[in-house]
Amino acid sequence: MMPCGQDHEILAAYLDGEVQAEQGNALEQHLRTCTECAAEVASALSVRRAMRAAKTRFTPSAQFRQKIQSQIAPKRRSFRSFGFLPIAMAAVAILVVALVLTRQNTLQGDAFREVADLHTGDLASANPYDVVSSDRHTVKPWFQGHIPFAFNLPEFAGTEFTLLGGRLVYLHQQPTAQVVVGMRQHKISILIAQDSPALATAFPLSTGVDVRDSFNVETWSNHGLRFFVIGDADETGIQHLAQALQSANP
Amino acid sequence: MDRAFFEQLAMPLFDQLYNHARWITGDRIDAEDLVQETYAKALKGFAAFAEGTNIRAWMFRILRNTFLTSRSGLAAQRTEYLEDEVGNAEEAVAHAVTPELILMRSQNEQALFAALESLPVNYRQIILLCEVEEMSYREIAQVLDVPLGTVMSRLSRARAGLREALGADVPEEVR
Repeated sequence: MMPCGQDHEILAAYLDGEVQAEQGNALEQHLRTCTECAAEVASALSVRRAMRAAKTRFTPSAQFRQKIQSQIAPKRRSFRSFGFLPIAMAAVAILVVALVLTRQNTLQGDAFREVADLHTGDLASANPYDVVSSDRHTVKPWFQGHIPFAFNLPEFAGTEFTLLGGRLVYLHQQPTAQVVVGMRQHKISILIAQDSPALATAFPLSTGVDVRDSFNVETWSNHGLRFFVIGDADETGIQHLAQALQSANP
Repeated sequence: MDRAFFEQLAMPLFDQLYNHARWITGDRIDAEDLVQETYAKALKGFAAFAEGTNIRAWMFRILRNTFLTSRSGLAAQRTEYLEDEVGNAEEAVAHAVTPELILMRSQNEQALFAALESLPVNYRQIILLCEVEEMSYREIAQVLDVPLGTVMSRLSRARAGLREALGADVPEEVR
Protein backbone atom coordinates (compact mmCIF):
# COMPACT_ATOMS: atom_id res chain seq x y z
CA MET A 1 0.00 0.00 0.00
CA MET A 2 1.16 3.47 -0.73
CA PRO A 3 0.67 6.24 1.83
CA CYS A 4 -2.47 7.47 0.05
CA GLY A 5 -3.96 4.02 0.44
CA GLN A 6 -3.97 3.23 -3.26
CA ASP A 7 -3.43 -0.45 -4.01
CA HIS A 8 -0.24 -0.85 -6.03
CA GLU A 9 -1.43 -3.95 -7.86
CA ILE A 10 -4.60 -2.26 -9.09
CA LEU A 11 -2.61 0.70 -10.36
CA ALA A 12 -0.35 -1.67 -12.32
CA ALA A 13 -3.35 -3.57 -13.66
CA TYR A 14 -4.82 -0.27 -14.80
CA LEU A 15 -1.65 0.49 -16.77
CA ASP A 16 -1.81 -3.00 -18.25
CA GLY A 17 -5.35 -2.29 -19.47
CA GLU A 18 -6.75 -4.93 -17.15
CA VAL A 19 -9.25 -3.12 -14.92
CA GLN A 20 -12.97 -2.59 -15.39
CA ALA A 21 -14.35 0.71 -16.56
CA GLU A 22 -15.64 1.95 -13.22
CA GLN A 23 -12.41 1.16 -11.46
CA GLY A 24 -10.49 2.81 -14.30
CA ASN A 25 -12.53 5.99 -14.01
CA ALA A 26 -12.02 6.10 -10.27
CA LEU A 27 -8.27 5.66 -10.73
CA GLU A 28 -8.08 8.42 -13.31
CA GLN A 29 -9.87 10.65 -10.85
CA HIS A 30 -7.41 9.70 -8.14
CA LEU A 31 -4.35 10.25 -10.34
CA ARG A 32 -5.45 13.81 -11.01
CA THR A 33 -5.12 14.70 -7.36
CA CYS A 34 -2.47 12.32 -5.98
CA THR A 35 1.04 13.39 -6.97
CA GLU A 36 2.58 10.31 -5.40
CA CYS A 37 0.59 7.92 -7.56
CA ALA A 38 1.09 10.11 -10.62
CA ALA A 39 4.87 9.93 -10.14
CA GLU A 40 4.52 6.18 -9.70
CA VAL A 41 2.67 5.93 -13.00
CA ALA A 42 5.20 8.12 -14.78
CA SER A 43 8.09 5.93 -13.66
CA ALA A 44 6.22 2.72 -14.52
CA LEU A 45 5.50 4.06 -18.00
CA SER A 46 9.09 5.08 -18.54
CA VAL A 47 10.30 1.61 -17.56
CA ARG A 48 7.76 0.13 -19.93
CA ARG A 49 8.87 2.35 -22.79
CA ALA A 50 12.51 1.51 -22.21
CA MET A 51 11.63 -2.17 -21.97
CA ARG A 52 10.59 -2.24 -25.61
CA ALA A 53 14.24 -2.48 -26.58
CA ALA A 54 14.31 -5.89 -24.87
CA LYS A 55 12.09 -7.23 -27.61
CA THR A 56 14.79 -7.24 -30.24
CA ARG A 57 17.85 -7.58 -28.06
CA PHE A 58 18.65 -11.09 -29.23
CA THR A 59 18.23 -12.24 -32.80
CA PRO A 60 18.71 -15.83 -33.91
CA SER A 61 21.42 -16.56 -36.46
CA ALA A 62 20.38 -17.34 -40.03
CA GLN A 63 22.02 -20.72 -39.58
CA PHE A 64 19.88 -21.59 -36.60
CA ARG A 65 16.72 -20.44 -38.36
CA GLN A 66 17.59 -22.72 -41.26
CA LYS A 67 18.13 -25.61 -38.89
CA ILE A 68 14.69 -25.24 -37.31
CA GLN A 69 13.06 -24.59 -40.64
CA SER A 70 14.44 -27.80 -42.13
CA GLN A 71 13.52 -29.67 -38.96
CA ILE A 72 9.85 -28.79 -39.22
CA ALA A 73 9.42 -28.23 -42.95
CA PRO A 74 7.50 -30.80 -44.96
CA LYS A 75 9.91 -33.46 -46.16
CA ARG A 76 11.00 -32.77 -49.71
CA ARG A 77 13.03 -35.20 -51.80
CA SER A 78 16.45 -34.04 -52.81
CA PHE A 79 17.26 -34.31 -56.48
CA ARG A 80 20.65 -32.75 -56.09
CA SER A 81 22.58 -36.00 -56.47
CA PHE A 82 21.02 -36.70 -59.86
CA GLY A 83 22.16 -35.21 -63.15
CA PHE A 84 18.75 -34.10 -64.43
CA LEU A 85 18.44 -30.92 -62.42
CA PRO A 86 16.22 -29.02 -64.90
CA ILE A 87 13.65 -31.82 -64.98
CA ALA A 88 13.71 -32.03 -61.24
CA MET A 89 13.16 -28.31 -60.96
CA ALA A 90 10.23 -28.45 -63.33
CA ALA A 91 8.74 -31.29 -61.31
CA VAL A 92 9.15 -29.33 -58.11
CA ALA A 93 7.55 -26.30 -59.71
CA ILE A 94 4.51 -28.32 -60.75
CA LEU A 95 4.33 -29.86 -57.31
CA VAL A 96 4.44 -26.45 -55.65
CA VAL A 97 1.68 -25.08 -57.88
CA ALA A 98 -0.44 -28.16 -57.17
CA LEU A 99 0.18 -27.84 -53.45
CA VAL A 100 -0.70 -24.17 -53.44
CA LEU A 101 -3.92 -24.85 -55.33
CA THR A 102 -5.05 -27.66 -53.04
CA ARG A 103 -4.09 -25.59 -50.02
CA GLN A 104 -6.18 -22.66 -51.23
CA ASN A 105 -9.14 -24.91 -51.85
CA THR A 106 -9.04 -26.46 -48.41
CA LEU A 107 -8.47 -23.05 -46.88
CA GLN A 108 -11.57 -21.62 -48.50
CA GLY A 109 -13.63 -24.61 -47.45
CA ASP A 110 -12.53 -24.36 -43.83
CA ALA A 111 -12.23 -20.63 -43.64
CA PHE A 112 -15.63 -19.86 -42.19
CA ARG A 113 -15.25 -22.70 -39.76
CA GLU A 114 -12.45 -20.68 -38.18
CA VAL A 115 -14.81 -17.73 -37.76
CA ALA A 116 -17.53 -20.00 -36.41
CA ASP A 117 -15.06 -21.62 -34.01
CA LEU A 118 -14.09 -18.26 -32.58
CA HIS A 119 -17.75 -17.50 -32.04
CA THR A 120 -18.58 -20.85 -30.40
CA GLY A 121 -15.30 -20.78 -28.46
CA ASP A 122 -16.68 -17.71 -26.77
CA LEU A 123 -19.99 -19.38 -25.94
CA ALA A 124 -18.26 -22.41 -24.48
CA SER A 125 -15.75 -20.56 -22.33
CA ALA A 126 -16.42 -19.96 -18.63
CA ASN A 127 -14.45 -16.72 -18.72
CA PRO A 128 -15.14 -15.54 -22.22
CA TYR A 129 -14.14 -11.88 -22.19
CA ASP A 130 -10.93 -9.97 -21.71
CA VAL A 131 -12.97 -6.85 -21.13
CA VAL A 132 -16.45 -7.12 -19.67
CA SER A 133 -18.66 -4.10 -20.10
CA SER A 134 -21.93 -3.01 -21.58
CA ASP A 135 -20.44 0.41 -22.28
CA ARG A 136 -18.94 0.87 -25.72
CA HIS A 137 -16.76 3.67 -24.32
CA THR A 138 -15.03 1.05 -22.20
CA VAL A 139 -14.74 -1.74 -24.72
CA LYS A 140 -13.37 0.41 -27.52
CA PRO A 141 -10.46 1.98 -25.59
CA TRP A 142 -9.49 -1.40 -24.19
CA PHE A 143 -8.94 -2.65 -27.72
CA GLN A 144 -6.85 0.37 -28.59
CA GLY A 145 -4.16 -0.90 -26.27
CA HIS A 146 -4.30 -4.41 -27.68
CA ILE A 147 -4.77 -4.26 -31.45
CA PRO A 148 -2.94 -2.25 -34.09
CA PHE A 149 -6.06 -0.57 -35.54
CA ALA A 150 -9.10 1.37 -34.43
CA PHE A 151 -12.81 0.95 -35.07
CA ASN A 152 -16.09 2.40 -33.83
CA LEU A 153 -18.93 0.65 -32.09
CA PRO A 154 -22.50 1.87 -32.53
CA GLU A 155 -24.61 3.03 -29.58
CA PHE A 156 -26.43 -0.06 -28.30
CA ALA A 157 -28.59 1.63 -25.67
CA GLY A 158 -32.23 1.62 -26.75
CA THR A 159 -31.70 -1.04 -29.43
CA GLU A 160 -32.48 -4.74 -29.39
CA PHE A 161 -28.78 -5.39 -28.76
CA THR A 162 -26.74 -5.36 -25.54
CA LEU A 163 -23.00 -5.18 -25.46
CA LEU A 164 -21.57 -8.06 -23.40
CA GLY A 165 -17.83 -7.68 -23.75
CA GLY A 166 -14.80 -8.13 -25.93
CA ARG A 167 -11.62 -10.10 -26.20
CA LEU A 168 -8.53 -10.38 -28.31
CA VAL A 169 -8.49 -13.43 -30.61
CA TYR A 170 -6.48 -14.57 -33.58
CA LEU A 171 -8.15 -15.06 -36.92
CA HIS A 172 -5.90 -16.45 -39.57
CA GLN A 173 -2.97 -15.60 -37.29
CA GLN A 174 -3.92 -11.94 -37.22
CA PRO A 175 -4.84 -10.09 -34.05
CA THR A 176 -8.60 -9.64 -34.16
CA ALA A 177 -11.08 -7.78 -32.02
CA GLN A 178 -14.01 -9.91 -30.96
CA VAL A 179 -16.98 -8.01 -29.57
CA VAL A 180 -19.89 -10.06 -28.28
CA VAL A 181 -23.38 -8.66 -28.40
CA GLY A 182 -26.52 -10.20 -26.95
CA MET A 183 -29.86 -10.16 -28.70
CA ARG A 184 -32.64 -11.74 -26.62
CA GLN A 185 -31.41 -15.32 -26.03
CA HIS A 186 -28.83 -15.15 -28.79
CA LYS A 187 -25.22 -14.15 -28.77
CA ILE A 188 -23.68 -12.54 -31.81
CA SER A 189 -19.96 -12.08 -32.39
CA ILE A 190 -18.46 -9.15 -34.22
CA LEU A 191 -14.95 -9.90 -35.46
CA ILE A 192 -12.76 -7.10 -36.77
CA ALA A 193 -9.30 -7.60 -38.28
CA GLN A 194 -7.01 -5.78 -40.65
CA ASP A 195 -7.76 -6.83 -44.20
CA SER A 196 -4.92 -8.60 -45.99
CA PRO A 197 -4.56 -10.56 -49.22
CA ALA A 198 -4.45 -13.80 -47.20
CA LEU A 199 -7.65 -12.87 -45.40
CA ALA A 200 -9.34 -11.82 -48.62
CA THR A 201 -8.55 -15.18 -50.25
CA ALA A 202 -9.59 -17.18 -47.22
CA PHE A 203 -12.84 -15.34 -46.63
CA PRO A 204 -14.52 -14.21 -49.82
CA LEU A 205 -16.76 -11.19 -49.37
CA SER A 206 -20.45 -11.93 -49.16
CA THR A 207 -23.40 -9.89 -50.27
CA GLY A 208 -25.92 -9.92 -47.47
CA VAL A 209 -26.32 -12.67 -44.92
CA ASP A 210 -24.95 -16.15 -45.64
CA VAL A 211 -25.72 -19.36 -43.83
CA ARG A 212 -22.59 -21.27 -42.77
CA ASP A 213 -22.52 -24.22 -40.40
CA SER A 214 -26.04 -23.23 -39.35
CA PHE A 215 -24.83 -19.76 -38.36
CA ASN A 216 -25.83 -16.59 -40.11
CA VAL A 217 -22.80 -14.64 -41.24
CA GLU A 218 -22.35 -11.28 -42.86
CA THR A 219 -18.91 -10.02 -43.81
CA TRP A 220 -17.66 -6.89 -45.48
CA SER A 221 -14.53 -4.87 -45.91
CA ASN A 222 -14.17 -1.15 -45.28
CA HIS A 223 -11.11 1.13 -45.24
CA GLY A 224 -8.69 -1.74 -44.79
CA LEU A 225 -10.68 -3.41 -42.03
CA ARG A 226 -12.53 -6.68 -42.38
CA PHE A 227 -15.76 -7.13 -40.43
CA PHE A 228 -17.64 -10.33 -39.64
CA VAL A 229 -20.96 -10.57 -37.87
CA ILE A 230 -21.82 -14.14 -36.92
CA GLY A 231 -24.41 -15.76 -34.70
CA ASP A 232 -27.43 -18.02 -34.45
CA ALA A 233 -29.76 -15.02 -34.38
CA ASP A 234 -32.12 -14.70 -37.33
CA GLU A 235 -31.12 -13.11 -40.59
CA THR A 236 -32.78 -9.78 -39.78
CA GLY A 237 -30.95 -9.54 -36.45
CA ILE A 238 -27.58 -10.11 -38.08
CA GLN A 239 -28.49 -7.62 -40.79
CA HIS A 240 -29.50 -4.92 -38.30
CA LEU A 241 -26.30 -5.30 -36.35
CA ALA A 242 -24.24 -5.23 -39.54
CA GLN A 243 -26.00 -2.05 -40.65
CA ALA A 244 -25.44 -0.38 -37.28
CA LEU A 245 -21.73 -1.24 -37.50
CA GLN A 246 -21.51 -0.01 -41.05
CA SER A 247 -22.98 3.35 -40.18
CA ALA A 248 -20.66 3.63 -37.16
CA ASN A 249 -17.69 2.99 -39.47
CA PRO A 250 -18.59 4.94 -42.59
CA MET B 1 -0.79 -33.74 -39.13
CA ASP B 2 -0.07 -30.95 -41.55
CA ARG B 3 3.57 -29.90 -41.40
CA ALA B 4 3.07 -27.09 -43.86
CA PHE B 5 0.29 -25.63 -41.75
CA PHE B 6 2.39 -25.93 -38.62
CA GLU B 7 5.27 -24.20 -40.34
CA GLN B 8 2.96 -21.42 -41.48
CA LEU B 9 1.64 -20.88 -37.94
CA ALA B 10 4.75 -21.43 -35.88
CA MET B 11 7.60 -19.94 -37.88
CA PRO B 12 6.42 -16.31 -37.56
CA LEU B 13 6.98 -16.73 -33.80
CA PHE B 14 10.58 -17.83 -34.25
CA ASP B 15 12.32 -14.51 -33.50
CA GLN B 16 10.09 -13.82 -30.51
CA LEU B 17 10.59 -17.28 -29.04
CA TYR B 18 14.34 -17.12 -29.52
CA ASN B 19 14.61 -13.68 -27.93
CA HIS B 20 12.53 -14.88 -24.99
CA ALA B 21 14.54 -18.09 -24.64
CA ARG B 22 17.76 -16.10 -24.62
CA TRP B 23 16.43 -13.81 -21.91
CA ILE B 24 15.38 -16.64 -19.63
CA THR B 25 18.38 -18.92 -20.20
CA GLY B 26 20.97 -16.17 -20.49
CA ASP B 27 23.00 -18.21 -22.94
CA ARG B 28 23.05 -18.65 -26.72
CA ILE B 29 23.57 -22.41 -26.82
CA ASP B 30 20.94 -23.04 -24.13
CA ALA B 31 18.51 -20.75 -25.92
CA GLU B 32 19.01 -22.57 -29.22
CA ASP B 33 18.53 -25.95 -27.54
CA LEU B 34 15.39 -24.68 -25.86
CA VAL B 35 13.88 -23.26 -29.04
CA GLN B 36 14.76 -26.38 -31.01
CA GLU B 37 13.14 -28.65 -28.44
CA THR B 38 10.12 -26.37 -28.25
CA TYR B 39 9.54 -26.64 -31.99
CA ALA B 40 10.08 -30.41 -31.93
CA LYS B 41 7.54 -30.83 -29.13
CA ALA B 42 5.07 -28.44 -30.71
CA LEU B 43 5.26 -30.27 -34.03
CA LYS B 44 4.73 -33.57 -32.27
CA GLY B 45 1.78 -32.26 -30.30
CA PHE B 46 0.31 -30.14 -33.08
CA ALA B 47 -2.62 -32.52 -33.53
CA ALA B 48 -3.76 -31.51 -30.03
CA PHE B 49 -3.61 -27.80 -30.84
CA ALA B 50 -7.13 -26.48 -31.33
CA GLU B 51 -7.25 -24.34 -34.41
CA GLY B 52 -8.51 -20.84 -33.83
CA THR B 53 -7.05 -20.74 -30.32
CA ASN B 54 -3.99 -18.73 -29.46
CA ILE B 55 -0.91 -20.27 -31.08
CA ARG B 56 1.41 -17.77 -29.43
CA ALA B 57 0.31 -18.63 -25.88
CA TRP B 58 0.47 -22.31 -26.80
CA MET B 59 4.05 -22.12 -28.10
CA PHE B 60 5.24 -19.96 -25.19
CA ARG B 61 3.72 -22.46 -22.82
CA ILE B 62 5.61 -25.32 -24.42
CA LEU B 63 8.78 -23.24 -24.24
CA ARG B 64 8.18 -22.51 -20.57
CA ASN B 65 7.54 -26.17 -19.69
CA THR B 66 10.55 -27.28 -21.68
CA PHE B 67 12.69 -24.72 -19.90
CA LEU B 68 11.59 -25.92 -16.46
CA THR B 69 12.89 -29.43 -17.21
CA SER B 70 16.04 -28.28 -19.03
CA ARG B 71 19.49 -28.15 -17.51
CA SER B 72 19.50 -24.38 -17.09
CA GLY B 73 15.90 -24.42 -15.86
CA LEU B 74 16.64 -27.00 -13.20
CA ALA B 75 19.75 -25.11 -12.18
CA ALA B 76 17.67 -21.94 -11.80
CA GLN B 77 15.16 -23.76 -9.64
CA ARG B 78 17.91 -25.01 -7.36
CA THR B 79 19.37 -21.57 -6.78
CA GLU B 80 16.29 -19.37 -6.90
CA TYR B 81 12.90 -19.33 -5.32
CA LEU B 82 10.49 -20.06 -8.14
CA GLU B 83 7.42 -19.89 -5.98
CA ASP B 84 5.54 -16.85 -4.85
CA GLU B 85 6.03 -17.35 -1.15
CA VAL B 86 8.23 -14.34 -0.55
CA GLY B 87 6.69 -11.64 1.64
CA ASN B 88 5.76 -8.13 0.80
CA ALA B 89 8.45 -6.95 -1.58
CA GLU B 90 6.94 -3.50 -2.00
CA GLU B 91 7.58 -2.49 1.57
CA ALA B 92 11.24 -3.27 1.30
CA VAL B 93 11.57 -1.11 -1.80
CA ALA B 94 9.39 1.78 -0.84
CA HIS B 95 11.95 3.61 1.26
CA ALA B 96 15.07 3.34 -0.82
CA VAL B 97 13.82 3.80 -4.36
CA THR B 98 11.88 6.84 -5.44
CA PRO B 99 9.89 7.02 -8.66
CA GLU B 100 12.17 9.86 -9.75
CA LEU B 101 15.21 7.62 -9.43
CA ILE B 102 13.48 4.88 -11.44
CA LEU B 103 12.49 7.39 -14.07
CA MET B 104 16.11 8.46 -14.45
CA ARG B 105 17.67 5.00 -14.36
CA SER B 106 15.24 3.49 -16.83
CA GLN B 107 16.57 5.86 -19.47
CA ASN B 108 19.78 3.89 -19.34
CA GLU B 109 19.24 0.75 -21.38
CA GLN B 110 22.28 -1.04 -19.98
CA ALA B 111 21.16 -0.42 -16.42
CA LEU B 112 17.63 -1.58 -17.20
CA PHE B 113 18.79 -4.78 -18.89
CA ALA B 114 21.25 -5.51 -16.10
CA ALA B 115 18.47 -5.07 -13.54
CA LEU B 116 16.18 -7.37 -15.51
CA GLU B 117 18.93 -9.98 -15.79
CA SER B 118 19.53 -9.87 -12.06
CA LEU B 119 15.95 -10.94 -11.29
CA PRO B 120 15.02 -14.57 -10.54
CA VAL B 121 13.90 -16.20 -13.76
CA ASN B 122 10.23 -16.37 -12.77
CA TYR B 123 10.12 -12.64 -12.23
CA ARG B 124 12.16 -11.89 -15.33
CA GLN B 125 9.88 -14.04 -17.43
CA ILE B 126 6.59 -12.55 -16.27
CA ILE B 127 7.85 -9.02 -16.89
CA LEU B 128 8.95 -10.05 -20.38
CA LEU B 129 5.60 -11.69 -21.14
CA CYS B 130 3.68 -8.64 -19.95
CA GLU B 131 5.77 -5.71 -21.13
CA VAL B 132 7.80 -7.07 -24.02
CA GLU B 133 5.44 -9.64 -25.52
CA GLU B 134 2.48 -7.48 -24.44
CA MET B 135 0.37 -10.45 -23.44
CA SER B 136 -2.88 -10.01 -21.53
CA TYR B 137 -3.09 -11.42 -18.00
CA ARG B 138 -5.24 -14.20 -19.40
CA GLU B 139 -2.58 -15.18 -21.93
CA ILE B 140 0.12 -15.04 -19.28
CA ALA B 141 -1.99 -17.29 -17.06
CA GLN B 142 -2.17 -19.77 -19.95
CA VAL B 143 1.57 -19.66 -20.59
CA LEU B 144 2.58 -20.07 -16.95
CA ASP B 145 -0.32 -22.38 -16.12
CA VAL B 146 -1.25 -20.40 -13.01
CA PRO B 147 -4.49 -18.67 -11.93
CA LEU B 148 -5.08 -15.02 -12.85
CA GLY B 149 -4.59 -13.96 -9.23
CA THR B 150 -1.10 -15.43 -9.26
CA VAL B 151 -0.30 -13.53 -12.44
CA MET B 152 -1.20 -10.27 -10.72
CA SER B 153 0.68 -10.94 -7.50
CA ARG B 154 3.75 -12.34 -9.20
CA LEU B 155 3.84 -9.47 -11.65
CA SER B 156 3.61 -7.03 -8.78
CA ARG B 157 6.51 -8.67 -6.95
CA ALA B 158 8.52 -8.89 -10.13
CA ARG B 159 8.10 -5.18 -10.78
CA ALA B 160 8.98 -4.34 -7.21
CA GLY B 161 12.11 -6.45 -7.64
CA LEU B 162 12.96 -4.66 -10.85
CA ARG B 163 12.54 -1.26 -9.21
CA GLU B 164 14.76 -2.35 -6.38
CA ALA B 165 17.41 -3.68 -8.74
CA LEU B 166 17.27 -0.51 -10.80
CA GLY B 167 17.59 1.69 -7.75
CA ALA B 168 20.16 -0.37 -5.90
CA ASP B 169 22.66 -0.41 -8.69
CA VAL B 170 24.88 2.60 -8.08
CA PRO B 171 25.22 3.66 -4.42
CA GLU B 172 27.00 0.92 -2.46
CA GLU B 173 25.25 1.63 0.83
CA VAL B 174 21.82 0.81 -0.58
CA ARG B 175 22.78 -2.78 -1.29
